[in-house]
Amino acid sequence: MLMSVGSLAAMGLTLGSVLGIASRYLAVEADPIEAELQAMLPGSQCGQCGYVGCAQAAVALAKGEAPVTLCPPGGKATAEALAAKLGVKVDLSAVADTGPRIAEVTEEICIGCCRCMKVCPTDAIIGAAKQIHNVIREACTGCSSCVDVCPTEALSMAPIPVTLQHWTWPKPMSAAAAVHA
Amino acid sequence: MGFLDRFLKAPNWGVHPEDHKRPAADVALRILPTPERVYMPLSQHVGGAARPVVLVGQKVLKGQLVAEAQGNISAPIHAPVSGTVSAIGEVTAPHPSGLPFKAITIDSDGLDRWIDAGVLVDPFAAAPEEIAKLAAKAGVVGLGGATFPSAVKFALGKRLKVGTLIVNGGECEPYLSSDDRIMRDFAHQVVDGARLVMHAIGAAEALVGIEDNKPEAIAAMRAAAQSYPEVRIRPVPARYPMGSDKQLIQTLTGKEVPSDARAAEVGVLVHNVSTCAAVHKAIRLGQPLVERIVTVNGGTVATPGNIYAPLGTMISELLAFTGLKETPSRLILGGPMMGTPLLHDRIPLVKGASGILAFDAVEAFVPEAGPCIRCGSCTKACPMGLLPLEMAARIKAGDLEGAEAYALQDCISCGCCAYVCPSHIPLVQYFSHAKGELTAAERTKLRTEATKRLAEAKTARIERENREKAEAAARRKAEREAAKAAAAAAPSVAAEKTEGASA
Repeated sequence: MLMSVGSLAAMGLTLGSVLGIASRYLAVEADPIEAELQAMLPGSQCGQCGYVGCAQAAVALAKGEAPVTLCPPGGKATAEALAAKLGVKVDLSAVADTGPRIAEVTEEICIGCCRCMKVCPTDAIIGAAKQIHNVIREACTGCSSCVDVCPTEALSMAPIPVTLQHWTWPKPMSAAAAVHA
Repeated sequence: MGFLDRFLKAPNWGVHPEDHKRPAADVALRILPTPERVYMPLSQHVGGAARPVVLVGQKVLKGQLVAEAQGNISAPIHAPVSGTVSAIGEVTAPHPSGLPFKAITIDSDGLDRWIDAGVLVDPFAAAPEEIAKLAAKAGVVGLGGATFPSAVKFALGKRLKVGTLIVNGGECEPYLSSDDRIMRDFAHQVVDGARLVMHAIGAAEALVGIEDNKPEAIAAMRAAAQSYPEVRIRPVPARYPMGSDKQLIQTLTGKEVPSDARAAEVGVLVHNVSTCAAVHKAIRLGQPLVERIVTVNGGTVATPGNIYAPLGTMISELLAFTGLKETPSRLILGGPMMGTPLLHDRIPLVKGASGILAFDAVEAFVPEAGPCIRCGSCTKACPMGLLPLEMAARIKAGDLEGAEAYALQDCISCGCCAYVCPSHIPLVQYFSHAKGELTAAERTKLRTEATKRLAEAKTARIERENREKAEAAARRKAEREAAKAAAAAAPSVAAEKTEGASA
């Protein structure tokens, strides 16, 4: 009787301590969903969502503290993808989807102050002191950080011009649907 | 080919639309008088746009290089007339969007003076690479419509040890007869060009596939190829899309090109008859690709037929040359099945333009689409063995990935499915839309990845700069302190010295 009680108690103690140690040393630190969410975000760390960067925004999204519509540069497409990933329903009609936009320098009023270059998260603005700056279209993520710091309002956000390479066929519509649209 | 053979070998795919090729195909080739002004676009080929090497106001001769190739897959552009470069600007592209692209405008001096170019005395004694180099220099691209730079294809064929060259004289699109005309009028050029291409890729034989609705072309080509046993003329059944490379390869060699492979990987390479003629001109005559035969056809054209015209000619001038009975209801560049609808006629003729169709209201009529009745006609017609109805249903519902799972990427956009659909569903338009959206999604993904790399690079740079600044500051501080210490030590040394001296 004592023998069996003792052995079971010993087993319980050892296994319990093993589990306890394992839970401390083999703990999964980050929520795997956070990494996935972070991969969906633009990654330019522009901070427009109110969080320090995309990683922090992903943490907030995973905890359900932030709405899926938090990312302005990501737009409607990112909101949709995030909603699908998190399994939440979201009313996207409120999200104004103006399509992707990128920064543009109005050369006449640029004074070459270099402030925009410093805040650009992807080094998409080129220029030097007292030289007209310009935006490298391919590198701009449309985070609009530069617009806020420009002292002369030379920077503005403009829709990405459609080129022959980017144009796609529209979805066919029946004549009746076309009339309603 | 016996009757039974024909019956048994008839392809079980595709469609047989009424070809409308005659009477335009039988009218003798007309030469367009040199236009006063031509607009030579910088991207008339697959790949990077050419870069202008002329300045506004510069005099150029016919065939002179005006824009050089840029990148590995690209082609140079040459002046199609002699005259003066009057502008480097934008013109409307032959594209359904009607968006503009860059072009060089040349005002003709009306003299059509060719530039002097050296030619190889015996191209067959030259290295195969030399042929490819000359074809690349002459700006030869695939003239069947794909406009892929030919020299790149030669190099590919050489590398993959292609044994058979297939010369595509299918021209299965209704209304078009420019390839038919080139085979009838310039058969020796086509055959010689095919032999040059064979030399360039190291092929042992050439099979010229010509649809059996072009008996005159078959006869002319047979006569031209008589003394060359390695060039074999092979009539193929007239069935759309016989001119598509995968279908022609299968009909002529029995080999099927796998879904994710290129034709060269099954040991064949396909070149269009017009491309072969262009290769002949480039190598034998030293003439770059600056002119082509174009079919002008359709219900509103007064005198339909084939016209030999300089590239860069405005389509409006071609239509004025043939005359119009009425204002066209629809303008198409290429054939009615796969061609590009044009928004207006102020668009220049490009290398890949095999035809210009000006349709009247009856020909341009598009019936209202009805619901799918799941009759399966489209699956029987599809030359790629796909299920158009399943793909279209998914695309309609916005499930593009679902359509992709049905091998949407294998669709060659031939339009057979939409042609046979009894409900007139614009099936191929759905596929074009979905392919465009999927490419755009892929591009966005690449862009996001690039953004991440850039953002990381910036963070790393800022960190490095801060570290370097801190290090520099530390170094300066250390130097200052060393100097201070030295300064502090110096008087004591001096003091010691004085002490020593006094001692």
